[in-house]
Amino acid sequence: MQLANKAAVIGVGDTDYTRDAGGRSALSLQLEAALKAISDAGIQARDIDGIVMPSPGGPVVAEELVTNLGIPDLRFSTGTPLGGAGPVAALQCAAAAVAAGICSHVLLTLGRTGRTGQRIGARIQQMPQFRIVGEFEAPSGALAPAQYYAPMARRHMAMFGTTSRQLAEIAVTTRQHAILNGNARMTTPLSIEDHQASRMIADPLRLFDCSLESDGAAAVVVSAADRARDLRRPRVLLAGMAEGHPDSPSAITQRADMTRLGLAKAAPRAFAMAGVTPADIDVAEIYDCFTYIVLCQLEDLGFCGKGEGGAFVEGGALGLKGRLPVNTHGGLLSQAHIAGMNHVVELVRQLRGEAGRAQVPDAEVGLVTGYGDLGDGTLAIMTRG
Amino acid sequence: MSQTMPGKPMPDPSPDTQPYWDGLAQGRLMLQRCADCGRIRHYPQPMCAACHSMATDWVEASGEATVHSWTVAHHPFHAAFRADLPYVLVTADLPEGVRLLAQLRDAEAEALRPGLKLRIGFEQNEAGLTLPVLRPATPG
Repeated sequence: MQLANKAAVIGVGDTDYTRDAGGRSALSLQLEAALKAISDAGIQARDIDGIVMPSPGGPVVAEELVTNLGIPDLRFSTGTPLGGAGPVAALQCAAAAVAAGICSHVLLTLGRTGRTGQRIGARIQQMPQFRIVGEFEAPSGALAPAQYYAPMARRHMAMFGTTSRQLAEIAVTTRQHAILNGNARMTTPLSIEDHQASRMIADPLRLFDCSLESDGAAAVVVSAADRARDLRRPRVLLAGMAEGHPDSPSAITQRADMTRLGLAKAAPRAFAMAGVTPADIDVAEIYDCFTYIVLCQLEDLGFCGKGEGGAFVEGGALGLKGRLPVNTHGGLLSQAHIAGMNHVVELVRQLRGEAGRAQVPDAEVGLVTGYGDLGDGTLAIMTRG
Repeated sequence: MSQTMPGKPMPDPSPDTQPYWDGLAQGRLMLQRCADCGRIRHYPQPMCAACHSMATDWVEASGEATVHSWTVAHHPFHAAFRADLPYVLVTADLPEGVRLLAQLRDAEAEALRPGLKLRIGFEQNEAGLTLPVLRPATPG
């Protein structure tokens, strides 16, 4: 069975993205996003019969969604434990489930109180996928994602001449998009000079190379493509999907080529499934926990060669009028860190023509990536159906 | 905040990894080697990914290393490291074919470039844990 175009995203929803959700729980935020996605899809909560948790073991479990939404007959429940690669992995998982006829309407939710709840440094030390670096690297002071990923960026700079100003291009363009979005934490313009003047977090990553720990939630509903035809909103078809896992998945330190992510393995598979090439992509929502991770993924996706990402992003190339509009919602860098579920929501809105002031004209083919857990990569190519 | 400040993270060794930590406590960097095919691996793990043997022995690293990459930690992600900031974390290639992550001593990050020769040393931290450190092979 080929999975291409067998499933569609029929509903999306999200909460306000804030620094502080006023004491609301992650569950409350996820329920709000879920209700919006269900309503957007034009179905009822009782129609949901599948749940894929992109962040299993996180603050919310599927049973709590069942209990609160009153789901009477859940037929499929699982999770995709790939960190920030989880939401896009969950799309593939949900697509496979509905294509196989296991269930009809799959709900994916992700949301947290990342700013007012437990912070990232404390969170990851409790995650089993970080056990290896926890034992062998944390005692030396490598404790947080910025510190694990910064040597990848430094290696890229040393090998290919990539510069901090090129990373700044990504931060600046992403901020412009956040300002257009209207539901973003960062609302003031950012210049390359602002980026260059920002304090160092983990060299070469400065403050404005880093994403925003945030409070908020986003949700989507995935259904079989043939069942999606008569629903309220235009279908957005899942044309190509893949996940890829890097060499030495538990320790970047031991990875033969630390400038190549799991996405490099996933990308050819997803493009082949969708029957498109990077040149066909109208809009790209690329996981951006750090600016460098965007640059590296552009290479691993095939938009340019390895080492050419710095030149590729220069001159506003990722802007709405650039060669490849990227992170049109403001991304994790300037909208909110909702672990990339907000990227999925934005791609669907772009392909429906509902992206407001940041709409890419006539966007018909787009992609969304996920990245997490020290290098896992996921990719979904979607088309207006 | 009524909590006391957390100390630096300490390893929780398994039977597979205990010899590594025992070696460090004696000022020796011990690397795990497949007792069947001879392949050296790091970090320690129960199985050789090349031949699937679970028979292991340990060899002492030569002490040589070269720079692969690095970062300079400036932001205090962990309260127990705040007093150490900024510190340089070097990812180093070892001639044994694996890499080591350790803090840099006796040099600034500005001196680093891929391939620069380093030497492995050892330091005990305030919690009594001995960790590897890296120094320039040629002082100055």
